[in-house]
Amino acid sequence: MSFLEYNVKYTPSGWRKILYLNWPLIVLVLAVAGVGFLMLTSVAGGRVDRWAEPQMQRFAMGFVLMVIVAMVPIWFWRNMSALAFAGSLVLLLLVEVVGTVGMGAQRWIDLGFMRLQPSELTKITLVMVLAAYYDWLDVARKSRPLFVLIPLCIIAVPVALTLRQPDLGTALLLLIGGSAVMFVAGVHWAYFAAVVAAGIGAVVAVFTTRGTPWQLLKDYQYRRIDTFLDPSNDPLGAGYHITQSQIALGSGGWTGRGFMEGTQSRLNFLPEKHTDFIFTTLAEEFGFVGAASLLTLYLLILVFCIAIAMASRDRYAALLVMGIAVAFFLYFAINMAMVMGLAPVVGVPLPLVSYGGSAMLVLMVAFGLVQSAHVHRPR
Amino acid sequence: MRRTPKDTEDSHRQIGRRSLFVGGLFVATSAVLSARMRYLQVERAEDFRLLAEENRINIRLLPPARGLIFDRNGVLVAANEQNYRITLVREDAGDIDAVLAQLSQIVALDMVTLERARTEIARRPPFVPVTIADRLSWAELSAVAVNAPALPGITPEVGLSRLYPMGADFSHVVGYVGPVSDYYLEQTGDTDPVLQIPDFQVGRYNIEARMEQLLRGRAGTKRVEVSAGGRVMREIDRDPPDPGADVQLTIDAGLQNYVEARLSGESAGAVVMDCQSGEILALASAPTFDPNLFVRGISSAAWNTLNTDRYRPLANKAIQGLYPPGSTYKMIVALAALEAGVITPEETVNCPGHLDVGDRRFHCWNRGGHGRVNLVESISQSCDVYYYELAQRVGIEAMSAMARRFGCAVRHDLPLSGIAEGLAPGMQWKMQNRGAAWVVGDSLNAAIGQGFVLASPLHLAVMTARLASGLDITPAIIRSIDGISQLPGRARDMGLDPGHLRLVQRGMWQVNNDRRGTAYSSRVDVADYAIAGKTGTSQVRNITAAERASGVISNADLPWERRDHALYVGYAPYDNPRYACSVIVEHGGGGSTMAAPIGRDILLRAQLGEVPPPDLYPASQRRDIERMHRDLPILPTPPVPTGRTVRSQA
Repeated sequence: MSFLEYNVKYTPSGWRKILYLNWPLIVLVLAVAGVGFLMLTSVAGGRVDRWAEPQMQRFAMGFVLMVIVAMVPIWFWRNMSALAFAGSLVLLLLVEVVGTVGMGAQRWIDLGFMRLQPSELTKITLVMVLAAYYDWLDVARKSRPLFVLIPLCIIAVPVALTLRQPDLGTALLLLIGGSAVMFVAGVHWAYFAAVVAAGIGAVVAVFTTRGTPWQLLKDYQYRRIDTFLDPSNDPLGAGYHITQSQIALGSGGWTGRGFMEGTQSRLNFLPEKHTDFIFTTLAEEFGFVGAASLLTLYLLILVFCIAIAMASRDRYAALLVMGIAVAFFLYFAINMAMVMGLAPVVGVPLPLVSYGGSAMLVLMVAFGLVQSAHVHRPR
Repeated sequence: MRRTPKDTEDSHRQIGRRSLFVGGLFVATSAVLSARMRYLQVERAEDFRLLAEENRINIRLLPPARGLIFDRNGVLVAANEQNYRITLVREDAGDIDAVLAQLSQIVALDMVTLERARTEIARRPPFVPVTIADRLSWAELSAVAVNAPALPGITPEVGLSRLYPMGADFSHVVGYVGPVSDYYLEQTGDTDPVLQIPDFQVGRYNIEARMEQLLRGRAGTKRVEVSAGGRVMREIDRDPPDPGADVQLTIDAGLQNYVEARLSGESAGAVVMDCQSGEILALASAPTFDPNLFVRGISSAAWNTLNTDRYRPLANKAIQGLYPPGSTYKMIVALAALEAGVITPEETVNCPGHLDVGDRRFHCWNRGGHGRVNLVESISQSCDVYYYELAQRVGIEAMSAMARRFGCAVRHDLPLSGIAEGLAPGMQWKMQNRGAAWVVGDSLNAAIGQGFVLASPLHLAVMTARLASGLDITPAIIRSIDGISQLPGRARDMGLDPGHLRLVQRGMWQVNNDRRGTAYSSRVDVADYAIAGKTGTSQVRNITAAERASGVISNADLPWERRDHALYVGYAPYDNPRYACSVIVEHGGGGSTMAAPIGRDILLRAQLGEVPPPDLYPASQRRDIERMHRDLPILPTPPVPTGRTVRSQA
């Protein structure tokens, strides 16, 4: 396959590309990141240097990275997809070997200047490789069992590796994100019905094997599920996070207590207040209005992504952008659902807001890919 | 592989449809999320706000009970006592002055206490509990507890505080604990959260410090629900603290007390050990001090008194003090010479009272000379000239090597603070540290334990134990930790010629039991308890030629600081060695007059397990001994607690 396959009539070149970026999307990303800096300052008790400042530095780094990625033609990224995926698998394997234990699970590779989380990287590269696969595949064959099995295998490898770490949240995200690309690519409905059925089967399997030597999850994961199902019977044991974050959320009311006035999140009731539970601080300090506004900002970002995907006449670009949109959606939806007691506590950050380097950089690269698809769309 | 336009168009439309479907799912999910948000934040806002305001959950650290320390018989030497105190959390108190005024009406608080509490409160973060007053009575604590609603931020607490029931006897072994200071945190880099507990105590000296991690234990936590006023509503759960490990020493508290008492009044150190197992039975340094003074932080007045005393009570002379071992070193030299084969037991050396080497004259302590002496006599009469002769034959390196085999100039591995290494010099050592070549005079001085040679009472006790048993024992002071034995296995043989060892032992027996022996007056008249030993007197000043000419000034006429150190090493019973001891009395005058009687009394006490009765002593000394024992500050033998698991309640 060569670049000539693309039927590009006109593409901006050089610095002119900057003008063709999707600027409304950039403004939205900046707005969400701004909310993040504000909340990180608040949870640090007004101190900017504790979390907000390093986060800003990483965001600036990520922003530059986004623009660079956006400047590179999308077909270059298409050709790189398989390589990038292979690379992230190697890193995932490396975590098994050299990963140091951080936050109770083996997830980091220490690069010296930052700690890289290969599972974050995999979320994007998996979408890339699947989009490239369907771009290559003859449309007529997309629903044939053999050609459905191939992407399933591609998804299964990183899912298995992240489950081993063990990182249930990321494994789920990979599974759902990967299936979403298959779905958008047009694989037959029946397969997805089968997957849902299998999913229910898996849940049953998870619960029936509990307590036996073959149990599929770790004990703490079972306990998290238990407390998710009924947080009230153990308000201060494992259900502590959920109960506390609900109290924090609930006490926000319509308009919240005001910036830096939150008491629940201030009093160290939540140990991960600056990472996974940062949404509670927002909801407590800015109330329903603030929380709903953030949700709206997120939805607007998705709207722009879907618009870009639908406008693109290139299958790789469209699938990639949709895949990224689904991954982004899963991030904030799972995080919010978890904080509000609608999903079990799994380690998923609030995108662009939670403190953390890997997730931020990977997201910015992903937005760079979206922008590249936009800039280099066939016109 | 080019796709046909139709194909692309078709799939493009399908991607569009499916994308819209996915977008629909996004919106639907977001709708559910915002509905939930609305439910929590709008409909149930009041409930949650109430929960947030009124029921705060506090996590409190529970201090672990510090491990107890027992002597070898189970006598408690470091215990924990309950300490009733009241603490204040600034954040919860609101108006501190009002609360303190309220509090002073319930508990008598003097101005100093209040002032100290105020500065402490101002210095600490608002959420950290600060101790206002401690060592309260139960009645006072109850009064505060009853009035708790009127005293926001005030909590009555029961803490644990270290108590040393044996007082000063064990300060040089067990050491003491003290409050956690900023300096301590900086020095150790210790980040254990337990250190944040108000009035937590950490080991600062000796075993308490060196075994801190074992003795400390692990902090527990409890979660309590607290009302808006700061009142504890209920305890939700509790992760009990793990107490520290209990440590049993090899020390015998009764013997330790006797040795400290016997040394009292002098500036001295002594070590008693089991010569078969290496267990240290007593390790004393006099004067001593009360470790209980340090538990809550010592007052500067008390500190100054201890620090300026010229007998240096804070120094542990038994392990930190280094002294020229004097004549107690002669057994080492004799064994080195015998092993090197440079002397036979029968060979005699003539002692005219001095020996000229080059242009220097080396004197024997006996100015008249000992005449012809053989090896055994050289020990019992402590003839210096004999050893000047041996030094020239065997050389310094062999002497120092033998010293190291006997545990001198070795830093013994005991959990005590500041153990000194000692020194057995060599040619290389002198070149490196003094920048001069070794001369034969240095060897002569070393042969009588003077010059560069340095040893502590611990070194000399280990040496004596090895001389007595011929076993390569290692000193030990920890018998068991939480009931698990820490003693080393049976010691190996030292690999010395048994004949050589017997000769030296014979010489040591004569020191105490031969009419001409230097410690004959410190003999034991009952054969079963017979002791063998060696005296030593080590100079701390140079005797000038002029002084020699006009007659050496006697110790009694010298100022205390310039008098000779008195030393004695010995073991008993002679036939079946069991106990070894070493005694050093700083500036005590002569070894035979000052140190040997102490050594004999200690060895008798060790053998009998009680204060020795007068009839074991030579008839002429019995009255004096009886009087001395009556006047000694000996404690009644403390009761042995039943069971090893006695603990104060946390």
